[in-house]
Amino acid sequence: MTHTAQIHPTFEAWRSKARELLRHGVAPENVDWVDASQTASLLAEEPSAYQTAPNSAVKVPADFLRLAANVCAHTDERRFAILYRLLHRLTLGGEKHLLGMPSDRDMHPCNAWAKAVSRDIHKMHAFVRFRLVGVNEQNGREQFVAWFEPEYRITRLAAPFFEKRFASMDWSILTPDECVSWDGEKLTFIPGMSRHDAPAADAHDDLWRTYYRSIFNPARLKVQAMQSEMPMKYWKNLPEAEIIHDLIASSETRVRTMIATPERPVKPVPNNAYLRTLRQRQES
Amino acid sequence: MGLTRKLEILADAAKYDASCASSGAARKDSRDGKGIGSTGGMGICHSYTPDGRCVSLLKVLLTNACLYDCHYCINRRSSNVQRARFTPEEVVQLTLDFYKRNYIEGLFLSSGIVRSADHTMEQVIEVARQLREVHHFRGYIHLKTIPEASQALIDKAGRYADRISINIELPSQQSLDRLAPEKNLTNTKQAMHGIRQRIDESVEAKKAARQIVNRPRVKAPPFATGQSTQMIVGADDSSDALVLHRADELYRDVRLRRVYYSGFSPIPEPSVLLPIKPPPLVREHRLYQADWLLRFYGFDVGELLPKEEPNLDLDLDPKLAWALRNRAVFPVDINRAPQELLWRIPGLGTVNVARILAARRWSRLTLADLQRMRVNLKKVMPFILAADHRPRIALLESTNLRQHFLPGPRQLELNFNAPPPTTPADAAMALSGQI
Repeated sequence: MTHTAQIHPTFEAWRSKARELLRHGVAPENVDWVDASQTASLLAEEPSAYQTAPNSAVKVPADFLRLAANVCAHTDERRFAILYRLLHRLTLGGEKHLLGMPSDRDMHPCNAWAKAVSRDIHKMHAFVRFRLVGVNEQNGREQFVAWFEPEYRITRLAAPFFEKRFASMDWSILTPDECVSWDGEKLTFIPGMSRHDAPAADAHDDLWRTYYRSIFNPARLKVQAMQSEMPMKYWKNLPEAEIIHDLIASSETRVRTMIATPERPVKPVPNNAYLRTLRQRQES
Repeated sequence: MGLTRKLEILADAAKYDASCASSGAARKDSRDGKGIGSTGGMGICHSYTPDGRCVSLLKVLLTNACLYDCHYCINRRSSNVQRARFTPEEVVQLTLDFYKRNYIEGLFLSSGIVRSADHTMEQVIEVARQLREVHHFRGYIHLKTIPEASQALIDKAGRYADRISINIELPSQQSLDRLAPEKNLTNTKQAMHGIRQRIDESVEAKKAARQIVNRPRVKAPPFATGQSTQMIVGADDSSDALVLHRADELYRDVRLRRVYYSGFSPIPEPSVLLPIKPPPLVREHRLYQADWLLRFYGFDVGELLPKEEPNLDLDLDPKLAWALRNRAVFPVDINRAPQELLWRIPGLGTVNVARILAARRWSRLTLADLQRMRVNLKKVMPFILAADHRPRIALLESTNLRQHFLPGPRQLELNFNAPPPTTPADAAMALSGQI
């Protein structure tokens, strides 16, 4: 018979449901995974519907759990079903070596999803921009807020990095899906918010743009290389992105100016004690 | 002069240093609630500029005033560029402000040489000292070191920094004499040896600290975990063989983490000794590829650059060029060959080789398996045997094999005498040499 597994789209929910199904030896083809946040269906489940007696607890490699945590954060509809099939094959199916087979039909999509998610996490670590909103009057801690739009549901996976790095500031990262705050003691997760709940700018953004403009070398324009690492979908929340267009547009003129500059003559060696010792050392 | 103008000048002055790496530092964080920052594992690129380069660190000079006259450098004493100087406190504050907003991973500080090597070094170290000791900054610090500075100062820099580096700049003393008359290859190598010795000692001390059974454990004093260098390519007439032999020597003798190859690109304030040329971006790219082959794929410089061909093929990647010269090695059976041989197959990287080794324990691999690993089949097929594939021996032996891999015709580098290209995209490509 078919089981409907209606879960909230999180790793924790999938894991506990998958454990339950696996304990009862339910075959992957008999499970219909449903994302409870995507459907209005209030289908009540029948916990007594299992036909076989529960197995004792099964063990899976830690690598699988790490893979599963990332896969669950993806948004592809098939992820829960394929992940369960993978789990079933790894354990009851006896295919213990599956994790070492990247070309397997189930491992391949899972690896691809996990990779996309881990890239998204990496980009979140890179492209979150905190804005100073004030100072806590009681303890003097600076308070920062950031707005970010990740592609997948990664707030929980990305948060520990910010905790380690910015432990001594109070900060919140708002995303459409889920928000996280740190107060020096613990991470708190709350439902998603809107871009308007975060400050639009920071007093240091101008200085940051000055740096970005000055560190750019117009003689080596490689727009595609930039875009493959910093795709345009992230630009709207990056303060420096608003000057990219001007930098590209003006680079040709800047290089032409350099080329047209008359070459500078060599100035005589100044009378400096240190340079004299250098010369003596080289002559000896 | 205001802070914004100083930042403009001193970031502009620093941009010709290619390194912006922030990886490979010892693991540290600020969960004790004191100070700020963390390092460890992979570095993060917080932004990318339209030159395709990663922005990971606040990369600035403390001052761009300089006694030296290196003709490839915009800051040389003969240049008329506007000079500026940060106070240590200004750099410290900028670093902290940028770091807290998650713009950067840390600081890469370098300086023009003022008064003397030791005086300059002391200023640079003071910034790092304040960051670490006053503000308990646990982010990444990369300090550029001057080879002529005293060993005691270099040691001190290493205690505050995650990485220290000395730029070798050009691969031979002959080139240095012409273009960077104050620089000396022997001094540079000696200083690098000194740093290597300290890094080795620090690694030993960390090991020893781990082995002590009696508490309290003695904590090994911190020291930079790596050193790197930069060579400018295209400013002198050194061959790729000379460049890579020098790099290989440094990887072996002083265990550099990285050699950066920086294509000489047009600068404002060009020198009469070194007229502006288009940046050799393709050559730079090929050097990086060859560097990778030396470090991770078990190749020797002599294999990549035999005596009769001292420069890398600009049209083909160096591994493919090697394979075309050594066709007798192929075809290689991906289901049987040892790792060292798999590494030599054009189109297979170390990651895919590891995947092949893991997967072939359980089944014989076919082309479909390779395709699922996203291997470029067109590139590998002439060189491999798979469960369902034998290459056409005629193709492997054919004189046209090189033709088979050549890219379509395309303008690679900017011709300064030609009329400007028509579309902005063409202009961008011509300027950059980007393929």
